[in-house]
Amino acid sequence: MPDPKSALAKHPFFAGIDPAIVETLAECAHGVSFPAGQFLAREGEPASGFFLLESGTVALELHRPGRMPIVLETLREGEVVGTSWVIAPYRWSCDVRAVEPIEGIAIDARCLRGKSESDPQLGYELLKRFLPLFVQRLEAVRLQLLDVYGESPA
Amino acid sequence: MRAADPFVPSLFRVERVSRETADTITLALSPTQGTPPAFLPGQFFMLYAFGIGEIPVSVSGLSGEGPLLHTIRAVGPVSQALCQLEAGDVLGARGPYGSPWPLAQAAGSDLLLIAGGLGLAPIRSALLPALAERERYGRIALLCGARSPEGLPFGPEIGRWRSQPDLQVEVTVDHASPAWRGSVGVVPSRIPYARFAPERATAFVCGPEVMMRFTALALLGAGVAAERIFLSLERNMKCAFAVCGRCQMGPTFVCRDGPVFPYSRIARLLSLREI
Repeated sequence: MPDPKSALAKHPFFAGIDPAIVETLAECAHGVSFPAGQFLAREGEPASGFFLLESGTVALELHRPGRMPIVLETLREGEVVGTSWVIAPYRWSCDVRAVEPIEGIAIDARCLRGKSESDPQLGYELLKRFLPLFVQRLEAVRLQLLDVYGESPA
Repeated sequence: MRAADPFVPSLFRVERVSRETADTITLALSPTQGTPPAFLPGQFFMLYAFGIGEIPVSVSGLSGEGPLLHTIRAVGPVSQALCQLEAGDVLGARGPYGSPWPLAQAAGSDLLLIAGGLGLAPIRSALLPALAERERYGRIALLCGARSPEGLPFGPEIGRWRSQPDLQVEVTVDHASPAWRGSVGVVPSRIPYARFAPERATAFVCGPEVMMRFTALALLGAGVAAERIFLSLERNMKCAFAVCGRCQMGPTFVCRDGPVFPYSRIARLLSLREI
């Protein structure tokens, strides 16, 4: 299981971050691992944190009664899983399933939100890193909705 | 091979038909007289289904190695007619037309080949010569996107490419069930997975225009220079030699000045909904 502090410092999501902030983040972090098939999170459950993937792949899924779930996106090493912890009411908006065995870092949201309230620099740093993630994923969903590979008039 | 009247096609015979997906086939074509015409990767031919009409179709194979290969998806009257052809049938073809992928210009750089859907056909025409002269390039990465796993053309060949140690292959689909073991996500979001040095990379992109616009922006964000990003456009090409104006895009004609353009030249035009 990865050491949280060194893993945080090396993870692409926190590239170039102030080492003092890494120290703070590490106080809210711990290493995690999940076998293939296990759920890291379930839709509607409290979003108690987020994950930095070190290895393995997860699928973000929406389940449908009586039908196969839909895979919205897959994420793998170097990526961040979980944005619901940022916005109230802090609930996961989809299921997160380990497609392959996962090694990573879990960051506790309550701990991080508390530290961010008392340390605006930390909160601002997190906002600067999560806001582009929101935008990227919104654009990706728009492209998926466009169904660009559908029929053309040619 | 050009007839005296540039609108008159030459006759080609279907040598074989390969099924790629449920609605997509590859035709292998040989002229009824003479040898297959030479072409450059990225160029296109106008294929004529007799009595129905013509459409532009990029070449998907190598020049000088047997029949012309054209990969076609049945989406309109002409393409549906072409997809119903069988070995031995005859069709019309004229070409080649348009600007090629700038493979010579890309020599010495990392090569990023990015395809969406049937865009893999013209991208294949660049990948094959690049692999044939592998030493001319740095790292080569192929990133393929499709609507679903079933919509991915050249499936068996992609499997063979995956086993090549000097070629990185990433496949992603927009929609999949949990049975799909591969990547799910749109093409631009997968660019960070490709291994390349942005300051020495050249990117060739082909796919639906919306996908290419967002992919180009993602490449710029990754540090690839606009003049080293090349897009292959598909507009409403009819004459194929800049006479009819159907494919005009601002001051350019896609059939004559393209279909392959540097992004630096067309970025502004792509953002204009009026054209």
